[in-house]
Amino acid sequence: MAANSEPLSPRAKLAVTAGRAAAAVSRAAGKGSGSVIGGKVALRFDPDLLARLARHLDVVLVSATNGKTTTTRLLAEALRAGGPVVSNALGANMPAGITSALAGGSDARFGVIEVDEKYLAGVARDVAPKAIALLNLSRDQLDRAAETRMLAEKWREGLAGSEAIIIANADDPLITWAASSSPTVVWVAAGQSWKDDAWSCPSCGGVLQRPDDDWYCGECGFRRPTPTWALSGDHVVDPYGVAWPIHLQLPGRANKSNAAMSAAVAAAFGIDPKVALERMFKVQAVAGRYDVVSFLQRDLRLLLAKNPAGWLETFSLIDGPPTPVILSVNARGADGTDTSWLWDVDYTRLAGHPIMVIGDRKLDLAVRLEVAGLQFRVCANLDEAVRAAPPGRIEAIANYTAFQDLRRRVGN
Amino acid sequence: MSESSLRLVWVYPDLLSTYGDQGNALVVERRAVQRRVPVTRVDVRSDHAVPTSGDIYLIGGGEDRPQRLAAERLRRDGGLNRAVANGAIVFSVCAGYQILGHEFINDLGRPEPGLGLLDVVSTRGEGDRCVGDVLADIDPQLGLPPLTGFENHQGITHLGPTTRPLARLRVGRGNGTGDGTEGAFNDTVFGTYMHGPVMARNPHIADLLIKLALDVNALPPVDDQWYDALRAERIAAAVQPA
Repeated sequence: MAANSEPLSPRAKLAVTAGRAAAAVSRAAGKGSGSVIGGKVALRFDPDLLARLARHLDVVLVSATNGKTTTTRLLAEALRAGGPVVSNALGANMPAGITSALAGGSDARFGVIEVDEKYLAGVARDVAPKAIALLNLSRDQLDRAAETRMLAEKWREGLAGSEAIIIANADDPLITWAASSSPTVVWVAAGQSWKDDAWSCPSCGGVLQRPDDDWYCGECGFRRPTPTWALSGDHVVDPYGVAWPIHLQLPGRANKSNAAMSAAVAAAFGIDPKVALERMFKVQAVAGRYDVVSFLQRDLRLLLAKNPAGWLETFSLIDGPPTPVILSVNARGADGTDTSWLWDVDYTRLAGHPIMVIGDRKLDLAVRLEVAGLQFRVCANLDEAVRAAPPGRIEAIANYTAFQDLRRRVGN
Repeated sequence: MSESSLRLVWVYPDLLSTYGDQGNALVVERRAVQRRVPVTRVDVRSDHAVPTSGDIYLIGGGEDRPQRLAAERLRRDGGLNRAVANGAIVFSVCAGYQILGHEFINDLGRPEPGLGLLDVVSTRGEGDRCVGDVLADIDPQLGLPPLTGFENHQGITHLGPTTRPLARLRVGRGNGTGDGTEGAFNDTVFGTYMHGPVMARNPHIADLLIKLALDVNALPPVDDQWYDALRAERIAAAVQPA
């Protein structure tokens, strides 16, 4: 679809203007970017605004438990090879934030939109995307009752019969279940380190067999689809069997996986994998994540890990011992108020690192680490934790609001 | 109790391990090993038979459909019932607690038979989920300090005449019956709605299970400073929410 083939209606224009005004007021009042309030005001003027704004764009939606913000950034960078992109790059991923982001990109050709898991089906209905990328599903925010399996089921119902090309991670059984009701699926072997949310078959409830990287249900035959794209070490293998090197500034296996998914999506938009992957190298830190900041004469690397799957991936990318590690955990509304998930994280992986513990729930972490048999030090705040480490690199791993606290303290 | 080591069986982690339930196994294991009691931990997936020779069985929380599947497989397997008949100790949480009773409401909205190891029957509440910090006084017969935990469920569990409430609530909804009870126990079988996980918040419960398994009255002390600090913080949070 060509950009701006039909102009916005007067009502939609008014809605966009009202939203911008509200966002400006919010910014002036020092209350963040104002994108969410702007979107809310605009949607009140015109409830169909999201659909109207998207009509002018080739849209791809990105959803997952982990990696959606980063993948959205990588993908936006890749698609810029084909034309201007509008994206909710700051992670405001519910309908109001998405509306606000799209309203700011009237010249764009592509819309690259991160969507909160719970809103995916609704947003997909509203914006009629050309493609939807589904990366992974795992436990997150347990007190919200949006249990992982139910979410996969809702996606499956919501995406059944969708005209979008679904680009889905074949290594995640829940993602496979969610995607396999759709007519057009591109399967990507994007890997999955965390397996503990998919031991029972999403189709029949049988026990999944998971030898090596494969998986299948011995009872009903539901099994891993044959992928056409694959992440293979430091390369993405395309459907023709050509291996393209991945060069990222972002660390870790999970980001290679995000890049592989992004390359497959970009191909669906006509962007060559080589071009797409080269452009992804530009992406540095994403909303502060992976940023290295200088603080109290140390180099602090800021790492966000919100749930067990995220912590597992993070442990695999940090520098080895004796690099000190600061762990910070909160349990405020946006984090989920139940800290039980700490016990699904294998903290024994941190053996040998000096460990400092901070955050609202540092005592939950202390008991967790004590039971893991690790040495650690509980500190009052970030400054004390940083001073406990010698000059040099420190890995700081924090969950959602704890991460924002870290950024604020170090002035990031 | 086997002579060589404490046999700790974690039942169906593939289905019932949604709320950090592994933590209960880790705490029991850790606190036994700290007392120089060797532990053999067996994690039994739901396509394997539940061994009948364990000393302590732990069964955790899960989503509605896995809960039904777990109940079906445990009934068919029969191992857990045989183990209890042999005197084994069972500690269950949330979905696992409901499974140990006579009956609960499954994901299809129908009554699902449980294992009948606890004289309780569970239904589903109509209102909001019970979510938040809980504080309760444990039955004095067990001689334990107050119970602290995090509840996150929609169940209502009614106790029959041959079981006792595990605790009396000071803060929280517990069994959800409105009568101030939380959890249930009967000889060697225990049930609670508490997450946290419950053993991390209440290491004395882990010690109680170890003592019952070893048939001893006391265990050597261990350093509880971080457990104590966490307990104090969470009890204060329950009494005076932020």
